[in-house]
Amino acid sequence: MTPAAPVEVAPIEIKQPEDATGVGFDRPWKVIVWNDPINLMSYVAFVFQKLFGYSKEKATLLMLDVHHKGRAVVSDGPREKAEMDVFRLHEHGLWATMEHDG
Amino acid sequence: MTADEDAANSTQASARPSDVRRLMAPRRPIEPNGDGTYALRLRRDERALIASVAAELRTLVEDDPNDEMLTRLFPTARPDNADAEAEYQEMVRGELAATRINRFSAVAELAEATVLDSEQLAAWVGAVNDLRLVLGTRLEVTENDDFDDIDEDDPEVVARSAYWYLGWLLEHLVEASATEL
Repeated sequence: MTPAAPVEVAPIEIKQPEDATGVGFDRPWKVIVWNDPINLMSYVAFVFQKLFGYSKEKATLLMLDVHHKGRAVVSDGPREKAEMDVFRLHEHGLWATMEHDG
Repeated sequence: MTADEDAANSTQASARPSDVRRLMAPRRPIEPNGDGTYALRLRRDERALIASVAAELRTLVEDDPNDEMLTRLFPTARPDNADAEAEYQEMVRGELAATRINRFSAVAELAEATVLDSEQLAAWVGAVNDLRLVLGTRLEVTENDDFDDIDEDDPEVVARSAYWYLGWLLEHLVEASATEL
């Protein structure tokens, strides 16, 4: 038996879609890759080329941005696409997050 | 990110004291054969090292995926929103673990291979990078770590040498893979 739970009225949570506040159902999401001390520079540029089809030049510039500025936006789009991109980056061991464009 | 590649390519590597440095004598551990396959030229001790760490990590991911050493294999996607983060983890965590288990298994099984096809090469790239992530986490690697001067008395000298070695190998695996892009 479990001890009786105190009677409590749970606050009503209204689950709002993340961009229900008005504008911007179309607002794109940004996928960000963060600098980390382990991943090799050549590997990071390679992953950008492989996953996003970027040219070697573009991939290298993005990699250098990550390295020098600490982070870079590597792709954007609707939530599902951003989520998929983050997932693929995670599969490749990169430290990726997503956020709303703002 | 680190620029280990410079150290790895140094022709002075063979003159360094540690055994692992002698393994680093300028050579290419992997090269395209020109027919879509790749020649994998590793020494016996390198193959043994890779097979054992890959098998060890496979077991760890299977048995204890929440081990702190594996943190870097399961990054946070939504640091700004705990609910969204929980949702993301729920959705992907099993798949991220399965990817790792498959890659570590493939590499452990292919540790004696002398020829890789491109799919096998991709598994090696992913697995060797994962091994570095886990070892680097354990060694608490920072951008300022200097792997050029490995201290022979360092209690972690074996792990640090393995980390350095895997970085050298990964450089070459990436270079070979880039010929396909």
